[in-house]
Amino acid sequence: MTDEMMDEEGVIKKFMFVNRKAPYGTIYALEGLEVVLISAAFEQDVSLAFVDDGVYELKKTQDTKALGQKNFSPTYRALEGYDIEKLYVERESMEMRGLTEDDLLVDVQVVSSAEMADLMAEQDVVISF
Amino acid sequence: MKIGILVSEGPYTHQASDTAYNFVKAAIEKGHEIYRVFFYHDGVNNATRLTEPPRDDRNIVNRWSELAKQHNLDLVVCIAAAQRRGIMDENEAKRQGKNADNLAEGFRISGLGQLVEAGIQCDRLVTFGD
Repeated sequence: MTDEMMDEEGVIKKFMFVNRKAPYGTIYALEGLEVVLISAAFEQDVSLAFVDDGVYELKKTQDTKALGQKNFSPTYRALEGYDIEKLYVERESMEMRGLTEDDLLVDVQVVSSAEMADLMAEQDVVISF
Repeated sequence: MKIGILVSEGPYTHQASDTAYNFVKAAIEKGHEIYRVFFYHDGVNNATRLTEPPRDDRNIVNRWSELAKQHNLDLVVCIAAAQRRGIMDENEAKRQGKNADNLAEGFRISGLGQLVEAGIQCDRLVTFGD
């Protein structure tokens, strides 16, 4: 077995899923969450970033009855059970939209856009939705 | 370099698929390995063989099929995204009791794990989308 093959076997990469869109209006947030859930099965070092309208995905008390769409926001609370615990919210995006940490339905780490850039630079794989 | 590709927009409305195609071609010409092209979101619409653009326009779907044949590319369509949007291979159509299938040659339908696996296996995962 070559060194490279050995490295491949137990390889753990840093994956960051970047959520940029509002939860409804387009399907990106919902289908993005599906990728996040699948990634949990691969035992990688997974983190989620919420920027721009993506911060709305974590807003408490979402009510989609009038939209006729499923409210999938409870799934973000289930992420902990999948060992996905690194959720970063960009402070600038949150404040620009009049939100505070108390408006969010899960515990997150609020970071500045400069800190978010540093976090992204550390990743092996960044996939954005 | 081993490269994985994610295409997240459909053909014609967005340029993502065209750019991904040109990128893949150029990468192969430079001697890189394209590990997989994964189609997600509306990107799954790049895989319907019922596409029939005007004659003076490029046929985005056929172009992918031909490139796959030439270079033995692994073109993978996400099953969940495909089912939502009516992209089916023969087996899936049968299983769902549909009277037609439309998956173009050179594509295969599989799960989202194929995208994550490409991220793990490749030196770079390059996204073409919005």
